[in-house]
Amino acid sequence: MCAKTLTIDGNEVSAADDATILDAATEAGIKIPTLCHLEGVYDIGACRLCLVEAVGIPKLLPACTTKVVEGMNVRTDTERIRKYRRINLELLFAERNHVCSVCVSNNHCELQTLAYNHGMDHVRYDYLFPKWAVDTTHPRYGMDHNRCILCTRCVRVCWHVEGAGTLNTAGRGARSQIIADLIQPWGEADSCTSCGKCVMACPTGALFQRGATVGEMEHDREKLEFIITAREKKQWIP
Amino acid sequence: MDPLRLATVWMGGCAGCHMSFLDLDEFLIDLAPKVELVFSPVVDAKEYPEGVDLVLIEGAVCNEEHVEMAHKIRRRTKTVVAFGDCAVTGNVTAMRNQLGLGNAENVLQRAYIELADSTGRIPKLKGIVPELLEHVMPLQEVIHVDYYLPGCPPPADRIKALVGALLAGQTPKLEGKDIKFG
Repeated sequence: MCAKTLTIDGNEVSAADDATILDAATEAGIKIPTLCHLEGVYDIGACRLCLVEAVGIPKLLPACTTKVVEGMNVRTDTERIRKYRRINLELLFAERNHVCSVCVSNNHCELQTLAYNHGMDHVRYDYLFPKWAVDTTHPRYGMDHNRCILCTRCVRVCWHVEGAGTLNTAGRGARSQIIADLIQPWGEADSCTSCGKCVMACPTGALFQRGATVGEMEHDREKLEFIITAREKKQWIP
Repeated sequence: MDPLRLATVWMGGCAGCHMSFLDLDEFLIDLAPKVELVFSPVVDAKEYPEGVDLVLIEGAVCNEEHVEMAHKIRRRTKTVVAFGDCAVTGNVTAMRNQLGLGNAENVLQRAYIELADSTGRIPKLKGIVPELLEHVMPLQEVIHVDYYLPGCPPPADRIKALVGALLAGQTPKLEGKDIKFG
C-alpha cells in the first residue's frame, strides 16, 4: 500500500492510497461536518454537508466519497463552504416538518446540533410543510417521515450490518421516502428482525423507540459502534 | 440617557416566551430603570405606539390581525426581534399548514364543533374575531426581522444576552447553543 501526501487546511497530511478526503482529515484531527456518513457502512455523499474545496477544481467535492489525490490542496472551512453548508441545512429544515420543540430527539439530534453550530438562527427559505404520515405499526419502533432527511443511514445498516434488507428508499426527489419491504406498513414487513440498528443509526427523530416522548429518545450509537468494531476488527470492546 | 422604549408583542404563540422573559428574575430590576415598557401583554396599553426602539415579537403570524399588526410594528419600530421558535420558524403554531389548503376550517371545526360539550359553534363575528390565514407564517415571511432569538422558549439567559447587548449599544451576536431551536 503506498501513501499519498496532500495538504488539508495548510497542514501536510499523508493518507492511505484508497483513503477519502474525510478519512485523511479525520486521521489528521481536522473535523469536517457530516450527516449521512456513518462509521462502519459505505458512504454515498447524499447530504452534502462535508463539501470541501480543492484548489484548481471549480466545483465543491464531498469529502466522504472523494478519494485523495497526490499533491491535492484541500480547504475544509472557507467562507464559500460555510455559506453552502448553511444553505444546505436550511433546505433540509424547509423540506420537511422539523419541529424541534416537540421532537423525541430534541437535544439529541445531529441535524439540530449542526444547525446551531453553523450559525443557523433562522431559515431563509419558505417552509414546504409537506404532509407525511407516521408509521407506528411496528411493535417496538416508529418511523416519522416528517423528520427524515433521507440520509439512508438506516437503509445501509439494515442491509450491510444487520443483513436483513428490510428498509429501502422509494420515490423521487423531495417525495422520496424510506420504505419497509414492498412499501408495506413496517409492522407487516416480514424481513425485519426488530434489531433496532436503524434507530441507533438515525441522526434525527425520524426513527424512534415507541413510548419515548419529547426529548427522551437517545440513539444508543455506542451499541452500533460496538457491533461494527466487532465485525471489522474482531474485537469485542464494550 | 433616555430609557429605551421597549415593547413585547404576543401573536400566535403559547405565551411561553413571555413566561421566559419574566424568568429573567433580578435582571428585570436592572432593566427597569433603563427601559420604558410602552406596549406588552403585561401592561395596559391598547394601541401600539409610535417611536418604539425595540420590540420582541412572540408567536407566528396566523390571522389577519397579526399581519396588520406586524406591518404597524415594523413602521413604528427601530429594531424588531423574532422572539422564540414560533416567530422564527412557525413551530407548533404552523403545524396546521401540513393539512394543506382548507386547514383553517378544519382546525376551527375540530376546536369549536367536534370538541365542544354541547352548543358548539365557530366564532366568526366580523370585525371582532380576526380571520385565520390559510397558511401560518414565521415573522420574517411578513416583515423584515433584525434579530432572531430562537428557542421554545428561549431560555432567560439567551434573552438577557440579546437584550443586554442591544441596551449596551452593541450588535448582538448569538451563536452555538444560543441559537438552538427547540
